[in-house]
Amino acid sequence: MSNVAANRIIMTARDIDRILSRFAYEILERFPDRDNLAVVGIQTGGAHLGRRLVQKLEKLEKRSFSFGILDITLYRDDLALEKDQPIVRKTDISFELNQRDIVLIDDVLYTGRTVRAALDALIDFGRPRRIALAVIVDRGLREFPIRPDFIGKEIQTIPEETVRVRLTEEGEPVDQVVLLKED
Amino acid sequence: MQLQSKDLLGLEGVTKKEISLILDTAESFREVSERSIKKVPTLRGRTIINFFHEPSTRTRISFEIAAKRLSADGINFSTSGSSFSKGETLVDTVKNLEAMQADVIVMRHGIPGAPHLIARNLDAAVINAGDGAHEHPTQALLDMFTIRRHLGKLDGLTVVIVGDIAFSRVVRSNIYGLTTMGARVIVVGPPTLIPVEISRMGIEVLYNIDEAIPQADIIMILRIQLERQGKVFLPSLREYARLYSLTPERMKIAKKDVLVMHPGPINRGVEIDPRIADGDHSVILEQVSNGVAVRMALLFLLAGRKEFNKSE
Amino acid sequence: MQDIILKNGRIIDPTQDLDDQTDLLIRDGRIEHIGILNDGIPEGATVIDIDGKWCVPGLVDMHVHLREPGREDKETIQTGTMAAVAGGFTAVACMPNTNPVNDSAAVTRFIMEKARSAPAVVYPIAAVTRGLEGIQLTEMVELHEAGAVAFSDDGHCIMNADNLRRALDYVKIFGGLIIDHCEDPVISKGGVMREGFICTTLGFPPIPSLAEELMVARDIRIAEYTGSAIHIAHVSSRESVRLIRDAKNRGIRVSAEVTPHHLFLTDEAVKTFDTNTKMNPPLGTEEDREILEEAVISGVIDCIATDHAPHTDTEKQVEYSLAPNGIIGLETALPLVMTRLVHTRKMNPSQMIRSMSTNPSRLLGIEGGSLLKGAPAHITVIDPDRLWMVDPMRFYSKSQNTPFGGLSLRGSCNLTLVHGKIAFQSSN
Repeated sequence: MSNVAANRIIMTARDIDRILSRFAYEILERFPDRDNLAVVGIQTGGAHLGRRLVQKLEKLEKRSFSFGILDITLYRDDLALEKDQPIVRKTDISFELNQRDIVLIDDVLYTGRTVRAALDALIDFGRPRRIALAVIVDRGLREFPIRPDFIGKEIQTIPEETVRVRLTEEGEPVDQVVLLKED
Repeated sequence: MQLQSKDLLGLEGVTKKEISLILDTAESFREVSERSIKKVPTLRGRTIINFFHEPSTRTRISFEIAAKRLSADGINFSTSGSSFSKGETLVDTVKNLEAMQADVIVMRHGIPGAPHLIARNLDAAVINAGDGAHEHPTQALLDMFTIRRHLGKLDGLTVVIVGDIAFSRVVRSNIYGLTTMGARVIVVGPPTLIPVEISRMGIEVLYNIDEAIPQADIIMILRIQLERQGKVFLPSLREYARLYSLTPERMKIAKKDVLVMHPGPINRGVEIDPRIADGDHSVILEQVSNGVAVRMALLFLLAGRKEFNKSE
Repeated sequence: MQDIILKNGRIIDPTQDLDDQTDLLIRDGRIEHIGILNDGIPEGATVIDIDGKWCVPGLVDMHVHLREPGREDKETIQTGTMAAVAGGFTAVACMPNTNPVNDSAAVTRFIMEKARSAPAVVYPIAAVTRGLEGIQLTEMVELHEAGAVAFSDDGHCIMNADNLRRALDYVKIFGGLIIDHCEDPVISKGGVMREGFICTTLGFPPIPSLAEELMVARDIRIAEYTGSAIHIAHVSSRESVRLIRDAKNRGIRVSAEVTPHHLFLTDEAVKTFDTNTKMNPPLGTEEDREILEEAVISGVIDCIATDHAPHTDTEKQVEYSLAPNGIIGLETALPLVMTRLVHTRKMNPSQMIRSMSTNPSRLLGIEGGSLLKGAPAHITVIDPDRLWMVDPMRFYSKSQNTPFGGLSLRGSCNLTLVHGKIAFQSSN
């Protein structure tokens, strides 16, 4: 692992928490119709972040918000290209999507293909009034015309690099975002 | 993690990890079937041919629905009145199907090994939907899936399978699958319908249903027929029902949370009393719903990486 | 005709307790002399230095299907006998289930006529009943006079016990031999493979070994009752072996054969669903196999016969249950026996020659089976150490249906002489 030295922490747990707090304020400002606001997290990192975001929203507003998790595997456009079969994870959207304002949240925005798949998946569940996109890291290098509405941090990357959002929910010791330079 | 073979011909030799992968994947597909729009684009553009050389309604429809819910193009092909009456061989027929760019061939055939024969001759993935009295792996997987959903596990459970053990492909696949997953299997039936040396498959054999019922976490009842392959194995269905039918009286000695299963189609009043088939312990219709989820999972796991396999 | 001298061979002939490295002189198609030629090499003789290879009485296969007349797409008398000599067999006895059935002297004579130019000697076996239908006896005396060496309804057990009894009585006229395919078809009905654990796991309709054993027991009893000789074709179960052993101990005139596939394969092989593992009688269990091996070594089973049964690829490339029964065996029998029985020291060369030459010749009452001076020079030269890979595409047989393709075997036929003429010579 000669590349370990090159790995760089680009966000700490505190950064992540602050970003989610900021998102909460921005979302409440943007979507005044509280009854129709809902959060959907993309498996797996976005699901954890979404859960945290909903907690913040609920704390601020002292009410509950609908929350769903979405697995986009079945909507991917690259299934046949993958060497290893992706694991199909749980999708759980147990509320009505029609006429709702949906905040779709993911950890990293990269090519835009995941978000494209997520939009298709969401539409199969109903017809939301609006869908907004929140991401902790936007690393650029888009392949699809996708633009986030709420951005934690923008960083410049090259395709050979990997941005990893490590979360305690997945057994990591601390929350952090790291830039891994692959060889 | 992925399946080792390009085909699913049986559960013999399929590992615990692979079975778990299939069942876990099926959980996700069960959710798809509960949506109002029960369809995902996953296998768009893939062609799945249901090649049924033996009559079957439920399994064929289940595969057909599974393919449609994955947006694959499902084609049904039954052999009555087709090239088979013109003397074409099975291998020629399926090679023709493959030449039409089929990605998956789901096959039901009356002779053990027929899916294996075509799998050897094709690049397409082959799923065995029942070959004679040999295997019916998707049925066993949906049975295991149903058990796991209700009892949370398979390991350590006792499954009692009652009826025509000799001519049942469901039994053989369930024996392979369940024993691999750590369950205990007891087969029960009249000695004329218990094939020789079946206990060497790692299971127990009983002739008396009343000895088996109290031990069961799951009672799986099989369809019974008086005549098989031109031979008669039972004096009468009446006596069979007296000895082996799952009745309310027999259920009194069962564990109170026992599951009752049946792969269908049911002979009401013969192997199972209607009050039990429709009763609280029965998960028979749930088996049918779960069949779609399990078959979606398999089509996804086998057809999903088709192009990659080809380019290798 | 030129003299032929086989020099420096290991000449093995159990009938005269012979196992010597020496020379063998063939004159006018007969064995003239065994031993060092004191008078030197006769003028004009062909000398073949066989350099320690085994020189044995020509092998005899008393159970083959040559398919002619009727199914010349599978095999002909010419191709079948070419396969025979390539496998070291100088004579074969062919079963009557041709089309038309060999149940009349005309068919027997047709086969004899066709065989006149064939590389191996062909001995027709005629039907016991007309059309193999089990009802009316054939004209066995006339068939015998035409050249039939034995009688069998091969593939069909003579189910009518009274008919079998009449047949066994009738052949007393000329001391003929009846060969029975022992199978109770009611018990085996619909069956595809031997009943047992493997069959249970594969879900095939079973053929219980009982189907064979019941008929073996019955045949032995009828043979005892009539005092005639009966030969049990392709024995496949250990209980049949026990019945035959007991009968022989009691002096009943019963003999038996076993095929190489029953000696070297078991029902485990069916798990591949390779239709070249489908035969009748079906492959037995490992326990059966071990007992069969023991019995052929000890002589309880008199001989190894291939039941050479050619089928086309098209016929075999089908669903298992629909495939015709049987495999070819003429070109693989000797290498298999050498590799699995002789090189493993389970069987000595003399025992092998007994079971593959001497005994079948004796049972059929034909010439051969020994290297006695004056006997026709039917001789097989075996290269005991030649490594040989079974490649069905290179078979002389018209068909390739063998489960042994790809096996590496040690020991095979080097040279085959029929009536003192070279019928086959291995290329290396």
